[in-house]
Amino acid sequence: MARYESLLDACGGTPLVGLPRLSPVVPDGAPPVRLWAKLEDRNPTGSVKDRPALFMVREAEESGHLRPGDTILEPTSGNTGIALAMVAKLRGYRLVCVMPENVSAERIQLLRMYGAEIIFSPAAGGSNQAVATAKQIAAEHPDWKMLFQYGNPANARAHYETTGPELLHDLPTITHFVAGLGTTGTLMGTGRFLKEKVDGIQIVAAEPRYGEIVYGLRNIDEGYVPELYDASVLDRRFSVGTRDAVLRTRQLVEVEGIFAGFSSGAILHAALAVAHEAVKAGRRADVAFVVADGGWKYLSTGAYGGTLNDAEEALEGQLWA
Amino acid sequence: MAIEVRVPTILRSYTGGSKVVEGAGDTLTALIDDLDAKHSGLKGRLITPEGGLHRFVNIYINDEDVRFLGALDAKLSDGDSVTILPAVAGGALGFAAAAALLGPRSNRPAAVLDRTKG
Repeated sequence: MARYESLLDACGGTPLVGLPRLSPVVPDGAPPVRLWAKLEDRNPTGSVKDRPALFMVREAEESGHLRPGDTILEPTSGNTGIALAMVAKLRGYRLVCVMPENVSAERIQLLRMYGAEIIFSPAAGGSNQAVATAKQIAAEHPDWKMLFQYGNPANARAHYETTGPELLHDLPTITHFVAGLGTTGTLMGTGRFLKEKVDGIQIVAAEPRYGEIVYGLRNIDEGYVPELYDASVLDRRFSVGTRDAVLRTRQLVEVEGIFAGFSSGAILHAALAVAHEAVKAGRRADVAFVVADGGWKYLSTGAYGGTLNDAEEALEGQLWA
Repeated sequence: MAIEVRVPTILRSYTGGSKVVEGAGDTLTALIDDLDAKHSGLKGRLITPEGGLHRFVNIYINDEDVRFLGALDAKLSDGDSVTILPAVAGGALGFAAAAALLGPRSNRPAAVLDRTKG
């Protein structure tokens, strides 16, 4: 146990817990294959995003980009906004979030509770509408500051300096690291650190695959690859659909007692894939994966109960990661 | 050799509106050539004039990104499932809004910060 001067100082240092029941069974005499969950829901606002939020704000303060009383404008679908709202409150900034209206009710309530203001872009308009909304806001408020998590090196640096070293300390025998791919910050930062320190480690990405309505793209050229993304850090990249993500999220709580959000189910799906491959090949494996947040914020989706078909339907058109 | 290929909405104009089409080939290149023979013009949306995979196109074989499986040389077997998706930053619509705010995409976040100082 430890004590901290303030909540901001309590960011990181999350537990790594073994999954003895979900880890695959290996034949007698074969090397062990074990799964380990890094419980990022144990951060101050309950998600992995506390790490980059804190690092991005600190970096902006140190570089003079942010000054006391400034307004931060951040397009976010949830966890980064919640993390930034807490950091902004404690460091004396106003936060305005631009987000699509099809995120869960709990996220919106949490943001408001932490004091953030929210500007919604219509869900039906998809990303094109979000673009239009954000352009308009930026034009109206040229003095508002953006941290831009998709291209901010402090996002990846948070994981290079904290998540990576924590994993290596707690699991020196790590062979695989599996995390979700969104801004790519977790994978880029942690992945770079571990690749420098652990020979042969595999860095594995799990990317949520939503229904296409969520993206609202009109053509391929409207696609986007985050500025932080460097494919050379990754060894493999899986696309995980809603059904597999829900199935694994339910297994995580039913079998191991870990109540996580759906993105963690998608990550576990990829972790299990590499774990089972190791069993087949007769190789030892210590597979660490990220539990990005707890399930609390997603209860209202109803996707924790009922049939998988019901859950898939409930999450259709929603941003579940 | 039958391989099931899932086509995103934005490319279904090439497949007569079909969401799933069948193709054949023992590599991704062979499969795309086969698809293009049946659905003319599709290849041009997936492959650049230089012969590489389009930056904003992701193709998955059995849910795994082909860029980590040999890209266009990735091997295919009967019964494999191939999914074509546009590249998006998983988990967020905000990315598009952010990209719009920043104007021309930049790998230099210093410029990102300067932009908002203006």
